[in-house]
Amino acid sequence: MRRTFLGAAVFSVAISVAIIVSLIGEAGSFLDKIDFSQFFADGWFPRRGRFQVMALIAHSAIITGVAVVLAVPLGIGSAIYLSEYARSGTRRLLKPALEVLAGVPSVVLGVFALNFITPQLVKRMFSTAETSNLLAAGLGVGILIVPLVASISEDAMRAVPDSLRQAAYGLGAKPWHVSLRVVVPAALSGIVAAIILAVSRAIGETMVVALAAGNAGILSVNPLEGGITLTGAIAALAIGSDQVAGDNAAFQSLFFIGLLLFVMTFVLNIISERVVRRYRQRY
Amino acid sequence: MTSRMPAQHLSETVDPQSSDSVDPDAGILVARDLTVHYGSFPAIKDVSMAVQPNQITALIGPSGCGKSTMLRCFNRMNDLIESAAVTGRLTYHGVDLYSPEVDPVQVRRHIGMVFQKPNPFPKSIYANIAFGAKIAGIKTGLDQLVEESLTKAALWEEVKDKLHESANALSGGQQQRLCIARAIATSPDVVLMDEPASALDPIATLRIEELMTELKREYTIIVVTHNMQQAARVSDRTAFFNVSVSDDGHRTGRLVEFDDTTTIFTNPREKSTEDYITGRFG
Repeated sequence: MRRTFLGAAVFSVAISVAIIVSLIGEAGSFLDKIDFSQFFADGWFPRRGRFQVMALIAHSAIITGVAVVLAVPLGIGSAIYLSEYARSGTRRLLKPALEVLAGVPSVVLGVFALNFITPQLVKRMFSTAETSNLLAAGLGVGILIVPLVASISEDAMRAVPDSLRQAAYGLGAKPWHVSLRVVVPAALSGIVAAIILAVSRAIGETMVVALAAGNAGILSVNPLEGGITLTGAIAALAIGSDQVAGDNAAFQSLFFIGLLLFVMTFVLNIISERVVRRYRQRY
Repeated sequence: MTSRMPAQHLSETVDPQSSDSVDPDAGILVARDLTVHYGSFPAIKDVSMAVQPNQITALIGPSGCGKSTMLRCFNRMNDLIESAAVTGRLTYHGVDLYSPEVDPVQVRRHIGMVFQKPNPFPKSIYANIAFGAKIAGIKTGLDQLVEESLTKAALWEEVKDKLHESANALSGGQQQRLCIARAIATSPDVVLMDEPASALDPIATLRIEELMTELKREYTIIVVTHNMQQAARVSDRTAFFNVSVSDDGHRTGRLVEFDDTTTIFTNPREKSTEDYITGRFG
């Protein structure tokens, strides 16, 4: 039995290593073929040999930024409500509802962003907005990561011992004092970890951004315009009838972007782990 | 006998003179037929007692006798338990504490609390002491308040050089004195203590007891304790609660005897009080 489980563990690790090795290998060939200055100019048109990676990073960053600005207040607010205010019956109803939201396939949210957020929200507020725009994609991704922020933050808040709440109430604290001055600071490491994980999830999100942000390869920092992201670029290159393959820069650029995404999320996960360990408050 | 601390802040609308059925001179806190239900079962039933100012009143009795429940009525901490319901009458300086006009938050600023297990916030020593003042909107004079409160709680000398270090680094006994300092920093009138020394070693316990004796000059103290020697050493008056178990297993506490501590410990009126203090049960 022991060998079976060991085998399972070794197999999983081996697959991860194989993925990283293949990413690094192909990404290396890509870097050999192109000039580094291309990263910063001329847009992202890989089939025409133009690889402005900066555009992809900028679009991903804008979408992630919008998503975080939406999801952090909503997620932490929901967590405070669920952990500190909701009666047990209400919580039993709301928590699963939140988890259902977490289970919505991202393609559904992508369609929602494209067919509802863009026409009903973004275009009504900003008449100049394009049909594909970074703002709608960011809001869609934001909705997607709210449950993640809420759920992990709530776990952290519920882990704060009740004796601290009692102490605060005993000093004449109102419920919002207890939430904001005692529970949130005591749960801060968990909340920060939740935010970092949500950022990492937002950067990696593909379907919502592919549908709502479009695949314009020109660098745009205006959230009302569309633009292709890191993940969107991989999707656009790897699917469809004209998929690229073989020993050419367009194909190999896929692996380079993949490696970039891998490094970003890896670094974020390490930071989140450090934060949790370093700022964990012992009660 | 009655303290001159005004109680009007508790509510603007309740006139202390209007509470006709209770004589405010009988004590600073007066309970009449106080009953607390958790759900449909009474945890304490028909408790009547009057707490005198600047005295230490001890609540003793076996586990489950409702002494902690009684203590938590005095500052409406029972309000935090969804299923708890309080009936009967409890007055503070003649004001009905459970009248709808009374804000429990204000009650707790007048009637502070120290808990069984030291529960400092995971913040600095300074931030712990200043917490009550800060949430009350006080922004000036905090340095002085922190020093005064820590001095009164006999902790200043030990922590004056590390006020901005975490309170969690202190020993258990120091943490409990910090919690006492934190409670008196809100300038309460009454301090409730729920087995304040039960988690401490004998030396730290002794320091807490000395501190209580010091503090009663300024504050009225009500202490729940399992330790009968402690009740005998520190308190002026002692209330003995006992528990009765109903046929379906629910425990209800009643006040058996309430008298001067010396009387309770040397010449109790009730047989069950004598049995309890001589260690025959509980």
